[in-house]
Amino acid sequence: MAEVGQFEPVIVGFFCNWCTAAAADLAGTSRMQYPPNIRPIRVMCSGSVDPVYVLRALLGGADGVIIGGCPPGDCHYVSGNYKARRRMAILKTILATVGLEEERVWVRWISAAEGARFSRTMNELTQAIKKLGPNPMKKDWSI
Amino acid sequence: MSSSAILPVGDGGILEAVRVFLGSLWQKKLIDVLLVPLELPSGGNVVPAIVSDPSKLKMANPLAPIMPLNSARQVSAITRASPSAERLGVVLRPCEMRALIELVKLKQVSLENLLLIGIDCLGTYSAGDYGRFAQEVKSPASDFLRKFQEGKEDPLLRKACQICEYPVPMNADLVIGLLGTDLNNSILLKAGTVAGERIIGELGLKKSDAENREAAITKMVSEKAERRERLFAQVRKDVRGLEKLMATLATCVNCHNCKTACPLCYCQECFFDSSVFQFEAEKYLGWAQRRGALRMPTDTLLFHLTRLNHMVISCVGCGLCTEACPNNIPVADIFRLVGDKVQKDFEYVPGKSLEEELPLTTFREEELPNIGT
Repeated sequence: MAEVGQFEPVIVGFFCNWCTAAAADLAGTSRMQYPPNIRPIRVMCSGSVDPVYVLRALLGGADGVIIGGCPPGDCHYVSGNYKARRRMAILKTILATVGLEEERVWVRWISAAEGARFSRTMNELTQAIKKLGPNPMKKDWSI
Repeated sequence: MSSSAILPVGDGGILEAVRVFLGSLWQKKLIDVLLVPLELPSGGNVVPAIVSDPSKLKMANPLAPIMPLNSARQVSAITRASPSAERLGVVLRPCEMRALIELVKLKQVSLENLLLIGIDCLGTYSAGDYGRFAQEVKSPASDFLRKFQEGKEDPLLRKACQICEYPVPMNADLVIGLLGTDLNNSILLKAGTVAGERIIGELGLKKSDAENREAAITKMVSEKAERRERLFAQVRKDVRGLEKLMATLATCVNCHNCKTACPLCYCQECFFDSSVFQFEAEKYLGWAQRRGALRMPTDTLLFHLTRLNHMVISCVGCGLCTEACPNNIPVADIFRLVGDKVQKDFEYVPGKSLEEELPLTTFREEELPNIGT
């Protein structure tokens, strides 16, 4: 249990059906733990994640967002993750250029076999976002 | 080596020379119709119009410093459903031509049967400024050109034009060249494609070596680029960070005019105008509950950031988003600053090449090592 008063970030994860969501399952069935801060959303492909989903989460008050897809070369739909990579690169550049915190957005390629890596990555992400502190957009009623 | 020819400037001035050239395209049966800016009978504005009767060319005025809308959008309106059956000439400014090329790549324009005629752009005014200017002077086009010839900085130029580093059309079949010419005697007609070469041949014009053109272009581009860097430094100072960004967007009323004016926002129905953004009362009240208040209408920042994500890679910097804003938000400044970075990252110049794929529709296997591990 989290200590009372400690900042517990809300992190939205968009996980591709074929790799990262399967890795989450593997982590679960292998009884590996990962923090409850992650709110996983299964998508069919990381290439189907429009930047507006990520922005909606961030502006809606999520403290972090992670996009999880198949490792490069292994996309179930051949090239969805490559396209996701470009989209997310642009998204991060835009956020950085207008001075919003691009480091709240993570992209990771985690295959269906990597349950342990999934669990480890979610722990690292949660720690990193805790260090960053709450997303300032969370409380802003005027955005 | 593309050939250049001379369009002689007579007593009627440059505008007349351009009109004569456009008329000759009909005489030689090189086009059937022409999309070209026409002076409105009421005066005060110059609007794109499809001309089928060459006698209407006496109102044609592609030199007046006004671009009420980006005509690439109009070419899309004409050719999107089916290509033009007649030979359609289109007279476009450089930013309109670049937007057109982007729209071709987005499958919103068919180039079939099109003759692309570009014209060197010396900049344009806001619609209001132009209206006043046109009332004050006898001939807005020649007075504007005179100001340009005197070489003084024109404070009426829109900010987007002051920093535009693309005064010369790319990918045109023919370019009406003003830069590097002695505007009192002649202007240039330059071929950009094989079709353009053929037309210059058929018109039987005197050849020119256009010797001063490159130097004039280089000078203009470097001046504009310098101004652009100054503007970028200012925008960075004014806009960066949540607080400043929201201060910049303070007067946004979610009218989405910037999206409507954008030549590249091509979706039939914008996501932001869709039913996705029609929420139930409990949603609004829930959000208000969570933050203590809720700005209405909602999703101001989400709209602008999303539009940046969707369009900035293709942004040609025409600046019409800023023009369309009822509350003078410098939308185009933000798009130019962000676009500069994103486009450089992908070594992409919007409208430069029909062959270069849109960065968001393609990929390389080995790239962007910092995104995803």
